[in-house]
Amino acid sequence: MTEPMFRTPLRRVRGLGAARSGTGHFWHQRVTSVAGVLLTVALIVIVISLLGRSHAAAVQILGSPLIAILMLLFIINTAYHMWLGMQEIILDYVHEDKWKFLALMSNTFFVSVVGLASAFAILKLSFGV
Amino acid sequence: MADYEARTSSGARRPRPISPHLQIYRPMLTMVMSIVHRITGSALYFGMLLLAWWLIAAASGPNAYANVEWFMGSLIGQLILFGYTWALLHHMLGGIRHLVWDTLHGFDPADREWMTVATLVGSIGLTVALWVVGYLAMGGPR
Ligand code: HEM
Repeated sequence: MTEPMFRTPLRRVRGLGAARSGTGHFWHQRVTSVAGVLLTVALIVIVISLLGRSHAAAVQILGSPLIAILMLLFIINTAYHMWLGMQEIILDYVHEDKWKFLALMSNTFFVSVVGLASAFAILKLSFGV
Repeated sequence: MADYEARTSSGARRPRPISPHLQIYRPMLTMVMSIVHRITGSALYFGMLLLAWWLIAAASGPNAYANVEWFMGSLIGQLILFGYTWALLHHMLGGIRHLVWDTLHGFDPADREWMTVATLVGSIGLTVALWVVGYLAMGGPR
């Protein structure tokens, strides 16, 4: 309880920021952004090539290896990027611990569900059944 | 909470330095674009639900896929998709601008200004161009 009174500056630094995870996130945000440019271009090309096609054709295209791999890369990269980004937004606006950790947890749940569901759909399109 | 309070070495509370807040400044395009990057990021975040819905529908079968196609083809669906296209392109171009800044380039006022205008003109121009391409891919004016 009284620990803060005796904290050295180093001890405070080791708290590693509001989400307790340090500066690594900043770098990961940049890496996923650079990858995001390429993968977003790929996604746009894929979506346009699917416009107006039948369900059967869409299934075949989305399930073909090259397209499926690009889609999976887009999904995984974006999931991580948006998780980091939303965490930063939460830390900027939600300051009370209770709400902050609730929001951080919701962020993780949302991203996990959306990311896993999208990735699963691509895998199912690829492997059939 | 003691944790978050600034203290002097003798343990007394020290007032935090205060700086003028946002509304003091004259709004400028660069400021507006900064918050727009955050807004588009948030919109894309929730918009990923649409991508998930579309892919799950494709994996589920023709009926589910037809539902998505019906919704995306409706007026409200088209508006959402148009907005999503712009948000994605704007956020991407704005993101590239951030990456340029990370290299410590592009900070003087003239650079900031033209990069900001380029982001806006580029995102709107590309959005319209993509929709024209998409329209033609759908069969164009039949
Ligand atoms: C659908 C795809 C995307 C989603 C859902 C998404 C989501 C987000 C979110 C929620 C943030 C946090 C915003 C903030 O802190 O103000 C963010 C930040 C960022 N995004 Fe994205 N993003 C996407 C695509 C991209 C792409 C393609 C790029 C390419 C350059 C990009 C570059 C960035 C950068 C550089 C930041 C950090 C900006 C800063 O430091 O303030 N994002 N994104």
